[in-house]
Amino acid sequence: MTPKRMTLFAGHYGSGKTNIAVNYALYLAASGRRVALGDLDIVNPYYRAKDSERELQAAGVRLIASAYANSNVDVPALPQEMYALTEDRSTFAVMDIGGDDRGALALGRYIPAIVEENDYDFLFVFNRSRPLTRDADSAMGVLREIEDACGLRFTGIVHNTNLGRETTPDTVLSALGAVRELTQLSGLPLVFTAARSDIAPLLPDQLGEIFPITLQKTIW
Amino acid sequence: MAEKILMKGNEALAEAAIMAGCRHYFGYPITPQTEVAAYMAKRMPKIGGTFLQAESEIAAINMVIGAAAAGKRAMTSSSSPGISLKSEGISYMAGCDLPGLIVNVQRGGPGLGGIQPSQSDYFQATRGGGHGDYHLLVLAPSSVQEMADLVFKGFELSEKYRIPCMLLADGTMGQMMEPVSLPERTPETVSKPWALTGTNGQRKPNIINSLALAPHELEAWNQVRFQRYATVQEQEQMSESYLMEDAEICVVAFGIAARVSQNAVDTARAMGIRAGMIRPITLWPFPEKALKAAAEHCKAFVSVELNMGQMIEDVRLSIECKKPVSLCCRTGGMIPTPEEVVQAIVNVHQGGKQA
Repeated sequence: MTPKRMTLFAGHYGSGKTNIAVNYALYLAASGRRVALGDLDIVNPYYRAKDSERELQAAGVRLIASAYANSNVDVPALPQEMYALTEDRSTFAVMDIGGDDRGALALGRYIPAIVEENDYDFLFVFNRSRPLTRDADSAMGVLREIEDACGLRFTGIVHNTNLGRETTPDTVLSALGAVRELTQLSGLPLVFTAARSDIAPLLPDQLGEIFPITLQKTIW
Repeated sequence: MAEKILMKGNEALAEAAIMAGCRHYFGYPITPQTEVAAYMAKRMPKIGGTFLQAESEIAAINMVIGAAAAGKRAMTSSSSPGISLKSEGISYMAGCDLPGLIVNVQRGGPGLGGIQPSQSDYFQATRGGGHGDYHLLVLAPSSVQEMADLVFKGFELSEKYRIPCMLLADGTMGQMMEPVSLPERTPETVSKPWALTGTNGQRKPNIINSLALAPHELEAWNQVRFQRYATVQEQEQMSESYLMEDAEICVVAFGIAARVSQNAVDTARAMGIRAGMIRPITLWPFPEKALKAAAEHCKAFVSVELNMGQMIEDVRLSIECKKPVSLCCRTGGMIPTPEEVVQAIVNVHQGGKQA
């Protein structure tokens, strides 16, 4: 993976965008890069990038999130600092975009600057274990809805089929056919397959590049 | 067994309702349960069902009354402030002996409160909530799988006893994602000779009403209803016991508090304290039989709640105040940490602090 200056993760609600975006930001920072992570989620009230604030801070990743994230204020707001992601070209930017077409609307205002700079990857996260994207056709539907809502075409697919803590290598492998079909239907390359770090070493080569991830922590 | 999929609690309960034969959902958006309505809006039109976003919570619950009166499986969902608005209609349902499912994905209160998780509607749910002498069946899931399973159970119990059922979840249950298995099953149904289905000139019209013109008549309706409540209390108590066989300290917790508490019980055991947990699954009827049995061998109880201490009253009543009961709680959208629960267990084990 050669990272572009900006990496944008979007996809169906619950496909795993936040976990991947947090891990990807940490991965970029670990290789010595200056990194900022933008939480553009205007849909979810809980389980957000902000839950990983301490790990991100420790790794030197700048988290740009709504002041209202994880608060009692139910307002889908984005802070003005978010423009730093497009303006500050000395920093690698990772963007965690809210689910579905509704979530992707928030991306619209940043797109003119993203397109002008033209150094980005816009990645569609696919999890076949989600009930409304069980096959390539339904995932393709979501993919097009997101593109239409934000006005930007995807540049690649990230495969993230998982069952959270119950994921096994078979869970990931079961989606192989659907992933191939999705790359054919969309004409987009499979950029990487994300898998929990304890499972990643057990996966065969057919899944392409494997990106090991650690799930955000909970107290239960 | 059906292949597992990854679902949010709110989605799982919505899909389970559809699988249970519910084709009439009336809702109004409020965080943290909005995904229920969003999911129903996508699914119901595809299967010939009705998704209707009402003009208010009050309208939605009255639509449930209408659909239930016509003999249909109907449901609504909301979060705490919205449930307060629905409470008048819920009282009417109870007064009309209508079945139906009301989902409360609780958030912090009182008032507008906040959007973070809470269990502070325990009193409202278990004591009736609206006006008049009545109870709801109250079910408390503690996993995404149980969010789905208890929807089936809720519809079935509700129709069997003609008592409205409340699924009392909280924000974490609604928002968390977990693997869930939704096997195809034929929903259990009962005949509804009381339903308003049209007489075709073949029978006397059914009347569904909560108004009695004579006070002695209203008294009699209430008495008959309470005989049913007594049957429910006798036959339908549900709870799960964890490491209770030799426990000397009994933690009582439901929903998300039970998940945190289970970790705390494990930690206490590792420290040499014989702790166990009873997790009420029905909050009404409260599992008093299990609690009473635990009081025979436990020296103290700890009630763990996301409120200022509500279920603790039922714990004390169930064990008839035979053993001390202490409270470990956080409120306002906060969740007790496993460390806080461990500390509470240690305190009662040493015979120390009690709430």
